[in-house]
Amino acid sequence: MSLIIQAFAWIFNPIHYTTTALGTGIPDALTQHLILTGLSLAVAVVIGVPLGLFIGHTGRGRSVAIIASNAARALPSLGLLALLLVILPIVPWLPSNYLPNIIVFAVLGIPPLLAGAYSGLESVDRQTIDAARAIGMTEWQVLTKVEIPLGAGLLVGGLRSSVLQIIATVTISSLYGQVSLGTYIANGLAQHDYVQMTAGAILVAALALLADGILATIQRFVVPRGVSRGASKKRNTARGRGIAATPGKPIMEGN
Amino acid sequence: MNWGWIWANFFSGTDSNTGIWGLTLDHLSLSALPIVLGFLLSIPLGYWASRSRVARSVLLSVFSLLYTLPSLVLLVVVPVALGLAIINPANVIVALTIYALAIMLRSSTDAFMSVPADIREAARAIGFSSWQRFISVELPLAGPVLVAGIRVVSVSTVSLVTVGSFIGIDSLGNLFHEGNESAFPTEIWTGIVAVLVIAIVFDLIITTAGRILLPWNSRGSRRRAAKRELAEAVA
Amino acid sequence: MIEFKSVSKLYPDGTHAVENFSVVIPSRQTTVFVGSSGCGKTTLLRMINRMVDPSSGEIEIDGENVQKTEPVHLRRGIGYVMQNSGLLPHRKVIDNVATVLFLNRVPKAKAYERANELLDTVGLDRALANRYPGELSGGQQQRVGVARGLAADPNILLMDEPFGAVDPIVRVDLQAETMRLQRELDKTIVFVTHDIDEAFLLGDQVIILEKGAKIAQKGSPEEILANPASDFVASFIGADRGKRRLTVDTKVKPSGDDVVLIDAGGYAAGVISAPDGKLAVGSASPKSRSVSNKTSQAGDA
Repeated sequence: MSLIIQAFAWIFNPIHYTTTALGTGIPDALTQHLILTGLSLAVAVVIGVPLGLFIGHTGRGRSVAIIASNAARALPSLGLLALLLVILPIVPWLPSNYLPNIIVFAVLGIPPLLAGAYSGLESVDRQTIDAARAIGMTEWQVLTKVEIPLGAGLLVGGLRSSVLQIIATVTISSLYGQVSLGTYIANGLAQHDYVQMTAGAILVAALALLADGILATIQRFVVPRGVSRGASKKRNTARGRGIAATPGKPIMEGN
Repeated sequence: MNWGWIWANFFSGTDSNTGIWGLTLDHLSLSALPIVLGFLLSIPLGYWASRSRVARSVLLSVFSLLYTLPSLVLLVVVPVALGLAIINPANVIVALTIYALAIMLRSSTDAFMSVPADIREAARAIGFSSWQRFISVELPLAGPVLVAGIRVVSVSTVSLVTVGSFIGIDSLGNLFHEGNESAFPTEIWTGIVAVLVIAIVFDLIITTAGRILLPWNSRGSRRRAAKRELAEAVA
Repeated sequence: MIEFKSVSKLYPDGTHAVENFSVVIPSRQTTVFVGSSGCGKTTLLRMINRMVDPSSGEIEIDGENVQKTEPVHLRRGIGYVMQNSGLLPHRKVIDNVATVLFLNRVPKAKAYERANELLDTVGLDRALANRYPGELSGGQQQRVGVARGLAADPNILLMDEPFGAVDPIVRVDLQAETMRLQRELDKTIVFVTHDIDEAFLLGDQVIILEKGAKIAQKGSPEEILANPASDFVASFIGADRGKRRLTVDTKVKPSGDDVVLIDAGGYAAGVISAPDGKLAVGSASPKSRSVSNKTSQAGDA
């Protein structure tokens, strides 16, 4: 218990805002963490969301997507990081270690986005989509006016999982020298400075919970009013197998 | 790929001197235990959550909160909370069980809630006692969703065990660290592949067990149901 | 006028949903496709607005091959009402009705005005306009579906078992509404159902279908009842069980001029007016038909 109190004291110690035993102040570490998360998320979104929307709308490539999602869940991120750090050359115009790190973060962040996008679209009642087509909407209109709004809850859920996954992986990357909030944990472990270690853990936990809270609120707002208000009677959805998703609480990946 | 190295270090060698096989065995026990514990604990908790709205919201929010935390954080906080030494395998097991439970609880709650109310009522009307009804009706019918849940838990757990190597608990994760330090990709690849193999083997065991214990949910019957739906849509 | 010319539909898994189907659907009348599940009636309907494309043969609307018309453009000019109303759950009722108008770039004010008029037309209270479909009853949802189908004032209205999912009392109401709409608006209605009584009630032309969309019999309800073309038709309309064959019941003496009719099984089926011992003769034109308690007197047109 006292360790936790000491850890909080460590966090609020003004010295640690300029430099700590390893030379990185808390603001620095936080900024690094956020930049890495942001960049990786951007890459993951650009790849994962359109792909997921395509698969969800057309129904093609479902099995490939499911296999990819499951495979990505099985891959140990630590191993991927270790591997890429060794075999990828360092690109000169990025701060050292950024490229392999971002590749790993993005790769691990894509499956939840993919899953969120296509399960969100699959959760839309087939009859509603059929009716939308029958009254004369183009495929694009069906996607943007019907499928995306109705599937938005699960879509944002996928985003939420992805953000958490990336934050967690960034934390782990500190074990290989990348500066982030996880650095305190890594150094604490290495130096047997358990106060620093616990402090780092608390900081990361706070970041994760904050991000989750923000996204959870967004998720609630994004669900259209008519869907949450009206009781939906017989819902005829596409049989989405592989990843069971319940509206509002998507399966989140680990790590 | 340096196959010779793998051969040489299979039963001994590597930093911890237990060899690849030894590390695999460590990894197996470290991952199997949380999966089993998580599953067993999730059944009563999930059943309770399926029957009580209060229990449901409390349990699910507590565990989803825990799940939000990155694995490294949990691995570090557990020893602090339990007062154990860092280098105690129990830390990894407790932390991974918490994760397993977090994933599994959602599944098992949904699983028990998905058993149709009329079937439960019918069982009661026939004369099953509550316990009999649970064992003979609700548990089997919740089975498919439970199996799907354990598969996710299994894959995640096997992958997460590797993080434990950084607080000194031996597992296949050791290979990542050593491989990185000595810039030796073969070692890292070995670790990754071994982890995947374990994950696949566990998955096969689970799905086979599922197929044996839950024969009515065969793929054939699901395919036939799908065909029936198509025929009716055509009418 | 809608014309099917030797239309067939073969699905990749071998199901022959429609085999060589040819029929003319006259304008401004209600044509009903009726048959049991799997006979292909819905497939036929959905070929008209190209939700399904035929494997062979042509479908022509007023002489123009439907295949040559761009599907989205085609669908915006045809009304479509389906079984579970297919309303967009995340749009308000008024927005649902106006959807096609918005698609056709009608300015908002005009679209809403027309949508409100349509709510009146289908007998819905304008107060429901700002609700969401999930808050409405099944019958109300179906009415909204019909209003949406009529929004763009199409010549053709396609209705796919629209009253199947509502309870019987509401169904009678909706059937009456449909007939009233047909009288007022003069649309070409193509209606699909598995209920022969509904078909006889609503249809000017009834087409009874067997598997593969084979035409078992085609004609007005009176013609079919008078001369069932085959055993299948007879059994389908209930004639073989004697439900349709009525005789005067001599056992019960009602008051006034009415006598009781019983069917071949001896079950009471209705009453008929018989002043001076002579059976009343009625003849109703399609436009004067209604579902009401008023008995039409002899000579009413």
